[in-house]
Amino acid sequence: MANNESTQQWGSRVGLILAMAGNAVGLGNFLRFPEQAIQNGGGAFIIPYIICFLVMGIPLLWIEWSMGRFGGKFGHHSTPFILDTMDKKRLWKYFGVFGIFTNLAVAAYYCYIESWTLSYVLHSVLGTFNGMNQIQVAHFFDTYVTIGKSTFGIPYEAVVFYIICIIINTSILAKGLEGVEKVAKIGMPLLLMFGAFLAIRGLTLGTSGATAAHPTASAWAGLNFLWTPQPSSLTNPKVWLAAAGQIFFTLSVGMGTVHCYAAYVKSNDDIALNAVSAGFMNEFVEIVLGSLIVIPIAAGYLGLGWLKQHAGFGIAFQTMPYLFSHWGPFLAAVAGVMWFGLLFFAGITSSLAMGTPWMGFMQDEFNWNRKKGAWSFGAVVLLLGLPTVFFYNLGVFNEYDYWAGTVSLVVFALAESILFAWIFGMDKGWKEINEGGDIKVPDIYKFIIKFITPLLLLFVFIGSLFKPLNNNWTTAFHNLFTGNGWALDNSSIIKQIMQSGLKEKIAAATDPSMIHHLHQVLFYTDAARILLTTVFFGICAMVYVAYRKRVREGRA
Amino acid sequence: MNATALTLMIVVQVSVTGITGYFFWRVLKSPPEPDSYTEDKKEEV
Repeated sequence: MANNESTQQWGSRVGLILAMAGNAVGLGNFLRFPEQAIQNGGGAFIIPYIICFLVMGIPLLWIEWSMGRFGGKFGHHSTPFILDTMDKKRLWKYFGVFGIFTNLAVAAYYCYIESWTLSYVLHSVLGTFNGMNQIQVAHFFDTYVTIGKSTFGIPYEAVVFYIICIIINTSILAKGLEGVEKVAKIGMPLLLMFGAFLAIRGLTLGTSGATAAHPTASAWAGLNFLWTPQPSSLTNPKVWLAAAGQIFFTLSVGMGTVHCYAAYVKSNDDIALNAVSAGFMNEFVEIVLGSLIVIPIAAGYLGLGWLKQHAGFGIAFQTMPYLFSHWGPFLAAVAGVMWFGLLFFAGITSSLAMGTPWMGFMQDEFNWNRKKGAWSFGAVVLLLGLPTVFFYNLGVFNEYDYWAGTVSLVVFALAESILFAWIFGMDKGWKEINEGGDIKVPDIYKFIIKFITPLLLLFVFIGSLFKPLNNNWTTAFHNLFTGNGWALDNSSIIKQIMQSGLKEKIAAATDPSMIHHLHQVLFYTDAARILLTTVFFGICAMVYVAYRKRVREGRA
Repeated sequence: MNATALTLMIVVQVSVTGITGYFFWRVLKSPPEPDSYTEDKKEEV
């Protein structure tokens, strides 16, 4: 029998929606979205992004909410056995392993980023960044992730904050849905408030940040670049792939967390309105707040040219504290607390969601209680995450992000969309989506879920598998049709498997210390792959054991 | 900012804000099913 604690309930509907929105709203809303928009032509990116949200994001949310609620009717709260209930073929439960594996692996490095935000909140309060120039702020981050050196007077500061962060997550998870819901109810309004403050600052900065060093700096130039539509780019597959990819990450679909939260929704309760409400709440945070912070503030002080060159994840930690310092010590501290505070809340509401599938699985299948489930999650994440902390500069972090946080999501989402629309059946699926609905889902979505969403996911998967050289699709197709073959980019999945980019760098390097460093990177990334593969097959084995247990108990 | 960019920004941001607000308002307006959420049960008691 499933443990009684696995039959827990959400406290309120608003709490459920805030928790789901919190699951979706993550660091990517503020960091990845601006980066993708800048790298994909600014205004060119927005239109495909919105279209992908409507034809892939929203349908995937409905699919995952309804799969979760459907599985919950049978007492399943994690994807292996949720998928198992949807088809007679026993293989599906092993696809469901992605819904636990991805969360463990992503939580391992995600909690590390979360711990940076926690540490940076304290550094902002203490005024650590006061008087530092841009290079010194960037250097501070590099020092921070070089574990042996301390920036705070605490030995192994990054490790200490990482462990604190895991303990916070685990303690909240041990309280079950009640704890998750409470954090969402506090964290989401604070996040919106902090985000609104910084967005207003970004929107009103104008050209006041221009200096002799950056005379053309203008917040308007950043916003102008972001919002000028370029219709010609609508035919560029690169932009569509980037837009579809961003929708994935921003909505936290393809992870198994939505299924897990929805599994605690009663069978006669609405999911159609809940899903779309949580989805749009995420889009509000991303499109409205996310677009008005990093881009205008960075362009406002450093210029659009600098932003285009340096757009990336690093801006958050390596540049933003320096930009805030232009506002004077007090406001810089307030802005720092708000910026890193909002990133912390965005992070923790997502990492808590990542803990629930593992807990649900252990409670359902092995009768573990909530506390045991939560602390075991913390222990696994710590063990899996420490290599990302200690070997951050040796590629381990990026390796986790690529395989668990990128490829696995696409594979799982593609599989679940096919299972839902083509194997479980669109008629049953449609009934499931609309059951108890407080809104009527437009009929066009029956067609979209059956055809468009799986095709778009297939396009994303194939596009990532065979990404052409320099991501230049026009040249790639031209070469293909003129008999010159298809040259793969080193960031394509196939070339990534072979570590081609890294091996090319080793072959081209002449400096012995660089060659030694690159060989180390090769070794550690291979080790990370072995570790991730072991975890994946370890969970497969646990699912098999759980299945045999079910057979013995007459529950299969 | 040029006029096209400004228009697109305002249209997209106002629409997203409006739609988000509308759906959330619908959630608040729709009464949940009995026994669906634990806080509702506590209120009934």
